[in-house]
Amino acid sequence: MLQHDYTTSQLDVLEAEAIHIMREVAAEFERPCLLFSGGKDSIVMLRIAEKAFWPAPIPFPLMHVDTGHNFPEVIDYRDRRSAELGARLVVASVQDSIDAGRVVEETGRRASRNRLQTTTLLDAIEEHEFDAVFGGARRDEEKARAKERVFSFRDDFGQWDPKNQRPELWNLYNAKIRKGEHIRVFPLSNWTELDVWDYIRREGIEIPSIYFAHTRSVFERDGMLLPDADVVQRGDDEPLFESLVRYRTVGDMTCTGAVSSSAATVDEIIAEIAATRITERGATRADDRASEAAMEDRKKEGYF
Amino acid sequence: MDILRFATAGSVDDGKSTLIGRLLFDSKAIFEDQLEAVERTSRDRGTEYTDLSLLTDGLRAEREQGITIDVAYRYFATPKRKFIIADTPGHIQYTRNMVTGASTADLAIILIDARKGVLEQSRRHAFLTTLLRVPHLVLAVNKMDLVDYSEERFEEIREEFTQFASKLNASDLTFIPISALHGDNVVSRSESMPWYQGPSLLHHLEHVHIASDRNLVDVRFPVQYVIRPHKTEFHDYRGYAGQVAGGVLKPGDDVMHLPSGLTTKIASIDTFDGPVTEAFAPMSVTLRLEDDIDISRGDMICRPNNQPQVSQEIEAMVCWMADTAKLTPRTKLTIKHTTRTARALVKDLHYRLDVNTLHRDETATSLSLNEIGRVSLRITQPLFVDDYARNRQTGGFILIDEATNGTVGAGMIL
Repeated sequence: MLQHDYTTSQLDVLEAEAIHIMREVAAEFERPCLLFSGGKDSIVMLRIAEKAFWPAPIPFPLMHVDTGHNFPEVIDYRDRRSAELGARLVVASVQDSIDAGRVVEETGRRASRNRLQTTTLLDAIEEHEFDAVFGGARRDEEKARAKERVFSFRDDFGQWDPKNQRPELWNLYNAKIRKGEHIRVFPLSNWTELDVWDYIRREGIEIPSIYFAHTRSVFERDGMLLPDADVVQRGDDEPLFESLVRYRTVGDMTCTGAVSSSAATVDEIIAEIAATRITERGATRADDRASEAAMEDRKKEGYF
Repeated sequence: MDILRFATAGSVDDGKSTLIGRLLFDSKAIFEDQLEAVERTSRDRGTEYTDLSLLTDGLRAEREQGITIDVAYRYFATPKRKFIIADTPGHIQYTRNMVTGASTADLAIILIDARKGVLEQSRRHAFLTTLLRVPHLVLAVNKMDLVDYSEERFEEIREEFTQFASKLNASDLTFIPISALHGDNVVSRSESMPWYQGPSLLHHLEHVHIASDRNLVDVRFPVQYVIRPHKTEFHDYRGYAGQVAGGVLKPGDDVMHLPSGLTTKIASIDTFDGPVTEAFAPMSVTLRLEDDIDISRGDMICRPNNQPQVSQEIEAMVCWMADTAKLTPRTKLTIKHTTRTARALVKDLHYRLDVNTLHRDETATSLSLNEIGRVSLRITQPLFVDDYARNRQTGGFILIDEATNGTVGAGMIL
């Protein structure tokens, strides 16, 4: 007779699914890597990787595409966390791509290295011959992502063809590729922003300080609060002011907005997110505001 | 809080987008910026009402053509449950998408327009749902407002569908009269239909019992990955990692390894958070065994007195998903079943099934895109299988085209 009803909580189900996905990749690919930016989603993904192979170390390197425009607090966190795990960290630098003439820096007030990252990422995948690349993207983030597979096929140009995706059934993932092609793998596909935070709370995972409320010198542009930093070009008509803010997503300083918030703990962040009526990317990302299909277009080119 | 995964079947005309939009909106899963974007696009196009399908149609081509191309996944939560919706499109590639969405669903909602009643497509939806063994089926009889909330009309539809469903093996069948547009019986009980005593749709989704839908009887542990730390601290550690596909495993249990047939005991069930006293689906754990047995990925751990079938000859219903290539006798494919990958040869196509009439065409010589048929396969290695009806994890498989590497078929073992 069954002693209890064997119910499994939502976080346990999501974690078990993500662990299964990670182990499939480790078993079926020669050279996987995990994209680790120091952002909350990649932090959760890294914890899952730690769990999936314990007590063995994570059997693949971490990679960060460094635009040179990242928040210093996040870069510190990235280096500290990878050292703690004894993981190999590959840093692919957008500055190197610019210096090598692979990409041309945008100019003007709204210049951003967001789009340039794609070239750096694809070059690094080719250089290191990575055949599977873990990303922390979630389907609830953005409507093009709502249709993406867990194992998302990329051709030898790194491109995504949304109209021609492999059907994905049960928990059976198709890992077959030819040389030069690769698979982007999204173990957190079925997580929501709130699940990520609930998990960070449950696991007691440390996160970069900029996720918590702090006083920062900012200015307003298009309804977003951008930071005062060397790499962010600010006009004379964009005055600086001090504000109590936190970051809901972590990207480049040039295109990631802060939100006004007094949330100083994970519990307070969760309460804030549960009450918010605006999506995380809508609130904080200039890169998604370009058009209705901004994300889809970048993804087709090979973006994260 | 647990998770309920459900698939929705029906076309825009049945009010499916309106229903999903309402569930998302009323559970506050639609955000202001998303709603604003949809309102703006609707206005630009000159539509009279806010077209909620724009929320789910994420791809440029879909918005341009006003059609849904692919399965979209949506998320919402109430204080009772987290929900994952697999929203499958009504027309294009219907079977392929519905089969994909249903493969992981605990429940399927089939929408019926109360004015039109049970149509050919309703029967097709119901058939695919039961073929994929979705354990719970909800017939949402929509647009009740357009038939004056008539109990008689609802009962007519219920009777007609029940009759059809008796041919299908539909397990748990629930009928709910709704109006997605006005919100009747969607989130709360409708005052316009006092004759209906059942729960609202959301109440049903929140309370339907799914924990026992999993197979908790037959122990099945497909070995996914062997963990060998090569660290001084865990020098002799050898763990078999995987996701439980059936049954309940406990330390000390007698287990059998397949294909060797050797028996041993479970020494411990490990996780990063410490050892556990039992493991069941869908937990991902690592087993350590008392004896040294040569075990690798693709092998199976079960109980000595309850084993899956070990077979190189498989009978299955196959749904064919390739755009151009056809399945014919002699077709060679790659098969992926649990964690084992092998090659398969199509020995025979017994019949092709008409998903609308359930007629079996025994003269068929091939399966094309979106066709379903009964097939015999010969596999290069033994697989450890159960009937799909008994276990969806050990009874399902995918077929991969060896030339294109595309996923071209989904199979359910008979």
